[in-house]
Amino acid sequence: MADHKLRETPLLDELKKGPWPSFVSDMKKMAERKPMVNDLLGQLELSYKEKKGHWKHGGLVGVMGYGGGIIGRYSDAAKEFPACAHFHTVRVNQPSGWFYTSAALRELCDIWDRHGSGMTNMHGSTGDCVFLGTTTDELEPIFAELTEKDWDLGGSGSDVRTPSCCNGMARCEYACYDTMDACYNITMEYQDELHRPAFPYKWKFKFSGCPNDCVASIARSDLSVIGTWRDEIRIDQAAVKEYADSGMEIRANVIRKCPTSCMSYDGKEITIDNKNCNRCMHCINVMPKALRPGTDTGATILIGGKAPIIEGALLATVLVPFIKMNKDDDYQEFKDLMERIWDFWDEHGVNRERIGECIERVGLGNFLEAIEVDPLPEHVHHPRTNPYIFYEEYFEEVDDAEAQKA
Amino acid sequence: MSELTTDQIADEMFNLVKEYAGKKRFKASDLTKEIIAKHGDSVNKKDCKAALRVLMDSGRCVYGYAGGSFISLPGEEGAAKQ
Repeated sequence: MADHKLRETPLLDELKKGPWPSFVSDMKKMAERKPMVNDLLGQLELSYKEKKGHWKHGGLVGVMGYGGGIIGRYSDAAKEFPACAHFHTVRVNQPSGWFYTSAALRELCDIWDRHGSGMTNMHGSTGDCVFLGTTTDELEPIFAELTEKDWDLGGSGSDVRTPSCCNGMARCEYACYDTMDACYNITMEYQDELHRPAFPYKWKFKFSGCPNDCVASIARSDLSVIGTWRDEIRIDQAAVKEYADSGMEIRANVIRKCPTSCMSYDGKEITIDNKNCNRCMHCINVMPKALRPGTDTGATILIGGKAPIIEGALLATVLVPFIKMNKDDDYQEFKDLMERIWDFWDEHGVNRERIGECIERVGLGNFLEAIEVDPLPEHVHHPRTNPYIFYEEYFEEVDDAEAQKA
Repeated sequence: MSELTTDQIADEMFNLVKEYAGKKRFKASDLTKEIIAKHGDSVNKKDCKAALRVLMDSGRCVYGYAGGSFISLPGEEGAAKQ
């Protein structure tokens, strides 16, 4: 039983009706023992009534030495709802692939129950385990308890946001590289960039083990690493026959749905023109026992994806068609590329400009030249729409000068 | 080899933040560029990165957020007082 008066919330109570779980029911349960949540419900009710938000965002709140991981939230109705005058968010770096033991979850919840509202968001869209609502005074104690148990804060602000990945080889036979290892390795390598914001704006890494891209890295990350293969799709013709015998319409459900029409089926066997396969994964998803990714596996690196915040949404585009994600050399090729990209972004990025927007502004050609990546057909985003071709005369002048010397 | 020590670079960064307090918000990269512009080849980005860490860990400056992250003198909690 609550030792404080529970807020009346007739508008929010409407959300408890219906067959689905309601966040209002959960919050009301918590409000009985947490005055902060009780006042939060009151403020939310006010927002529903007035149709406007009452949160202020930002400021100088954080833990000593770190610039990320804490998001300052303050109520502009603190007189009316004093218990949620401060309602800061704490981002905790999640384990790769979001694997927890129940003991780890209890550990996190116990820490949060002692120092905050007790409400969590499992997980935020960047991937972190998010603690919702605490006061400035509690931030250092929370941080101390988390780090004592080997947890750490995630990213926020203009830094490397907490990298995330699909659960890859831990659960999925399609994984073309070890996403969890890569994600952990990159997280540890860039600790400084994760905790100490030094970029023009946020930077997100996401690692998907195969082109199914279960973490939607192509749409949600600045640097998307998607597993792929460069040899041939493995075919088990006996399993193809089993699918056919069990009634699967292979022509209708697989062959005709291939986006590049690179497959054929003669009623007995499937053949694939692998040079024209664009790794859409449809056939492999439909016939997982018969078709599998090849064995020469690695990843495609794409750059520039983002959600619409300042400018519109961007899908990432191919930067490196194939790279071996090599554990043995500590992903050095990948890290070398990162250094060159960040050097460029540091130099040319403007405040609050994501790398995708920066590339659009300076031009992909200039970007590729600066990061020392040769232009490739895979970099072509779409066929040219401008029919005019302009040759840059200075190339000819240089050539003439060299010819004269010779 | 840098001619300036990490602590000296951190001090210079702190002085910049202090001098422009209330007039300009420095991002970490702005401070790095200022230091490199002043000292040329005798400092590099790596030196500045180490100095920034020393500066922030000393508590003389803190990170703030207003759209993007910036480095500031410790003070009132921005949005709390608005």
